Amino acid sequence: MRSFTYERANTPGEAAAAVARTPGARFIAGGTNLLDLMKLQIETPTHLVDVNGLKLDTIEPAPEGGLRIGALVRNTDLAADERVRRDYAVLSRALLAGASGQLRNRATTAGNLLQRTRCPYFYDTAQPCNKRQPGSGCSALDGVSRQLGIVGVSDACIATNPSDMAVAMRVLDATVETVKPGGVSRTIPIAEFHRLPGDTPHVETALEAGELIIAVTLPPPLGGRQIYRKVRDRASYAFALVSVAAVIHQDGTGRVALGGVAHKPWRIEAAEADLPRGPKVVTEQLLADAKPTHDNAFKRPLVERTLGAVISQARN
Amino acid sequence: MRFDTPATTNPIDQLKVVGKPTDRIDGRHKTSGTAHYAYERHDVVPDQAYGFVLGAAIAKGQVAAMHLEEAKTAPGVVAIVTTLDMPRLERGMMNAAYLFGGPVIQHYHQAIAVVVAETFEQARAAAYLIRVDYEPEAGKFDLAAEAPNAPLVGDDSGEGSSGPPEVRVGDFEGAFAAAEIKLDESYTTPDESHAMMEPHATIAAWDGDQLTLWTSNQMIAWGKRSIAKILGIPAQKVRLDSPYIGGGFGAKLFIRADAVLAALGAKAAQRPVKLALARPLIANNTTHRPATMQRIRIGANPDGIITAIAHESTSGNLADGKPETAVSQTRLLYAGANRLMAMRLAPLDLPEGNAMRAPGEAPGMMVLEVAIDEMAEKLGLDPVQFRILNDTQIDPENPDRRFSHRDLVGCLRLGAERFGWDQRNPQPTQVRDGHWLVGMGVAAGFRNNLLTKSAARVRLDREGVVTVETDMTDIGTGSYTIIAQTAAEMMGVALDKVVVRLGDSSFPASAGSGGQWGANNATAGVYAACVKLREAVVQQLGFNSADAVFSGGDVRSGNRSVLLADAASAGDLVAEDLIEYGNLAKTHQQSTFAAHFVEVGVDAATGEVRVRRMLAVCAAGRILNPKSARSQVIGAMTMGVGAALMEELAVDKRRGFFVNHDLAGYEVPVHADIPHQDVIFLDEVDPMSSPMKAKGVAELGICGVGAAVANAVYHATGIRVRDYPITLDKLIDRLPEAV
Ligand SMILES: Cc1cc2nc3c(=O)[nH]c(=O)nc-3n(C[C@H](O)[C@H](O)[C@H](O)COP(=O)(O)OP(=O)(O)OC[C@H]3O[C@@H](n4cnc5c(N)ncnc54)[C@H](O)[C@@H]3O)c2cc1C
Ligand code: SF4
Repeated sequence: MRSFTYERANTPGEAAAAVARTPGARFIAGGTNLLDLMKLQIETPTHLVDVNGLKLDTIEPAPEGGLRIGALVRNTDLAADERVRRDYAVLSRALLAGASGQLRNRATTAGNLLQRTRCPYFYDTAQPCNKRQPGSGCSALDGVSRQLGIVGVSDACIATNPSDMAVAMRVLDATVETVKPGGVSRTIPIAEFHRLPGDTPHVETALEAGELIIAVTLPPPLGGRQIYRKVRDRASYAFALVSVAAVIHQDGTGRVALGGVAHKPWRIEAAEADLPRGPKVVTEQLLADAKPTHDNAFKRPLVERTLGAVISQARN
Repeated sequence: MRFDTPATTNPIDQLKVVGKPTDRIDGRHKTSGTAHYAYERHDVVPDQAYGFVLGAAIAKGQVAAMHLEEAKTAPGVVAIVTTLDMPRLERGMMNAAYLFGGPVIQHYHQAIAVVVAETFEQARAAAYLIRVDYEPEAGKFDLAAEAPNAPLVGDDSGEGSSGPPEVRVGDFEGAFAAAEIKLDESYTTPDESHAMMEPHATIAAWDGDQLTLWTSNQMIAWGKRSIAKILGIPAQKVRLDSPYIGGGFGAKLFIRADAVLAALGAKAAQRPVKLALARPLIANNTTHRPATMQRIRIGANPDGIITAIAHESTSGNLADGKPETAVSQTRLLYAGANRLMAMRLAPLDLPEGNAMRAPGEAPGMMVLEVAIDEMAEKLGLDPVQFRILNDTQIDPENPDRRFSHRDLVGCLRLGAERFGWDQRNPQPTQVRDGHWLVGMGVAAGFRNNLLTKSAARVRLDREGVVTVETDMTDIGTGSYTIIAQTAAEMMGVALDKVVVRLGDSSFPASAGSGGQWGANNATAGVYAACVKLREAVVQQLGFNSADAVFSGGDVRSGNRSVLLADAASAGDLVAEDLIEYGNLAKTHQQSTFAAHFVEVGVDAATGEVRVRRMLAVCAAGRILNPKSARSQVIGAMTMGVGAALMEELAVDKRRGFFVNHDLAGYEVPVHADIPHQDVIFLDEVDPMSSPMKAKGVAELGICGVGAAVANAVYHATGIRVRDYPITLDKLIDRLPEAV
């Protein structure tokens, strides 16, 4: 870990300005991801701006009928919120499928959205990795890639976004509310929030330098059966090999997003019209451009089978 | 005390304390944070500085240069020692890899520097400032690619399992060719990491030329000799102290880089140094269980009698490393007149393969017991029945040599009854529970019992307190408690009148913790010392030794009864002795036995395997403390589930290292993976093992578990996976059509 300076911000505008002011500065929320990465010197911020005091830790009804979740709401609190459990069960289930109780107590909504990949080469600073060190090459492409992405991948990077929460937010069509260093705020649809790796896998989101997340807003409740199915090698405390977030209605229509397959939560709205026809056709569309490696080719049948199980669970 | 004839009745047979389920006497310290592990021993020596170990970033080659300018001037840095500062150091006992010194890199994350600083954070930050120029070389990292050229090599695991390069009994090829029913299958097991909770950690302090290491080590006497050899100093100048160990599983049998670099760092810094290996370093810097490629051939007549059995295994290791002795148990487990066992060893440039819990036996039994299941199916026999049919009471390679006591059949029968094995449909894929495909599997567990000398010192004081000192270690196993039970039984006092001090090299040398030999040998050593102490007490009190009874804190003879404490009224009575063994282990095969039963559910859609029920029935001589023995076995069963379903060090075959080198990437079972576990111990004694009549259980518990899981997966799905672990990607294409 490199030495860094530290300050606590009192308002969102102040926080954003503080990060913009200092080259190499970063926000810190729960710290459950950033601190681990700093210990390994994968991240080396010179200055930390602590956002825990910004009072962005409430869940309020949104004017349009949804819920506005403060950026600092802890994963545990979000998962346990009565409104979330009732109207957005897929989100609550996704959160509870992630990490451990201790980590969820600390992890925040914004921090979870911004957690970085779990590609093993990203974690080993002795190995080339375009995401960690642009231009150094991708060790995973012809290396150990069982966990990594199969769709939306590039020759520069095949990493996945490991967040469970983000997959549920994607299926719910949440929007991310931010404030920029100049004080200007904007909303970013979750679909546009995370980026595909392309030639710049180190650029992971639409956020600009110093741009602070202040809330995530969920649209009015969608109804339907809401399921989050996370497939993994052990029963708990493991990242998804594949996950499926789904909202399925009585008539078989609905929405679906995938985790564990791409650099972002993976959803193709056009494929959803075929949900009543079953998992095969939907998977074919979702993974039409898939480029799996030898190690992770199993994810294609796994997606189809898991989606099938989710659909039948929803309709029973 | 020399033990060379079977034990007769002795004070242990009273079983007033020994054999009773007993809470750990150190449990209170562990749960209250007052059992201090190596890295937490802040008070043993003042002015401790922190060390951080830097690992090599290449798998093979040379360090050409190391640039230290920035690191040296970094805040808080006290000293830096690099591998280029000295010639290659000697190796300790039983290790293949060189730990430090010289430019040659044998494997990834080999230690190349230690940075000593005022704080841990400063040491770590400075270590990252060292720039290293390497001259990498191509290496051999792919076992499958090297296996065809691997020569036959025999050896032992250092923990009891062994084999010559090749063993032949009868005419295997002829008998196999003639057999009516045959199996010929190949299997692989992966590299595995010990993944113990406490990392390798040491505090080192020099006092002149005297070195003290407060460390985490399973084998104190080996450690003392090894560190002396590595550093080139006399063994008398070294003291090791390791009273609490947060798991080892074989990883801490040896002196490794933590101890060496703490000592070198402390010398350079001229003050005590504390260091732990960072978790991401452990998989590649230390030892691991090596991967194997195994082939099994079994021939039988239609009645199910095995006529020919062959087990061959190939593993890889660094030059001077050993083969994984995966065929050792097949030499002894089942009858069969014609036999062939062979081990091959391929030179590899991966990190050192060495002992991990049941080295040889665990991967060997994983494969053998799946092959036996496959063979039973070919024969149309129940797998329990097939095993019973081929049980042997003699060493199949040496018919004159009987087992001292062998009740595998008892384990299988009782286990089958308790588990409800008769409810099992012999056809696979017949049972479904919602979206779960349900199956049951069985396997034999089999691990040898090792006899090795062990010493102890016991002291009686005027309060009637008995203090035991031995360099035996407690690696979470319960050694403290069984040693206390032994002394309490022998001296006729309550458990709270016994103090046990372990893990210090200034105490008499014990068997140490490894190869499941700790419990029986270490307590037998305490028994021997207590026999001497009893003699001293009797003499002091003027009793006739033959009929003195030690009980309830008194010593009685005829109608005279005296407080035991009175024997020490004029000063402590001290006795020291060791147990050493004659020929009994040569004339008789001593082993421990188990039957493992497992029920799994396999998700019909995703192929996720989850264990639903487990039972182990163990026959392992006298069980000294059923409570801690049960803990040992359920821990081992859990580790067996890990081996069967998830544990695998993933090899990058181009860059030559284990990629998933932390506990996020190397998955072991979590609580949610482990259902109710039952353990039953058969009520038996083995008078040939020692005066304690006990044997080990800790490695028995893992042997065969993985196979029982794999057999249950087959029974659930009809899919036979022969490359372990059984992860869902190996099932997904062969599962029944999705719903
Ligand atoms: C052992 C382990 C297991 C885990 N398992 C899972 C799992 O199974 N599934 C899963 O989904 N997750 C898992 N996680 C990840 C966990 O969910 C994240 O670490 C956590 O959500 C991050 O939140 P945080 O508040 O601690 O973020 P921090 O570590 O504080 O920050 C993460 C990033 O977000 C930035 N940031 C924080 N707040 C803001 C803001 N308001 N605006 C802009 N930028 C901000 C920081 O600068 C940093 O770059 C696991 C983590 C660990 C350590
Ligand atoms: S997949 Fe991405 S994160 Fe992984 S090594 Fe390649 S560039 Fe780095």
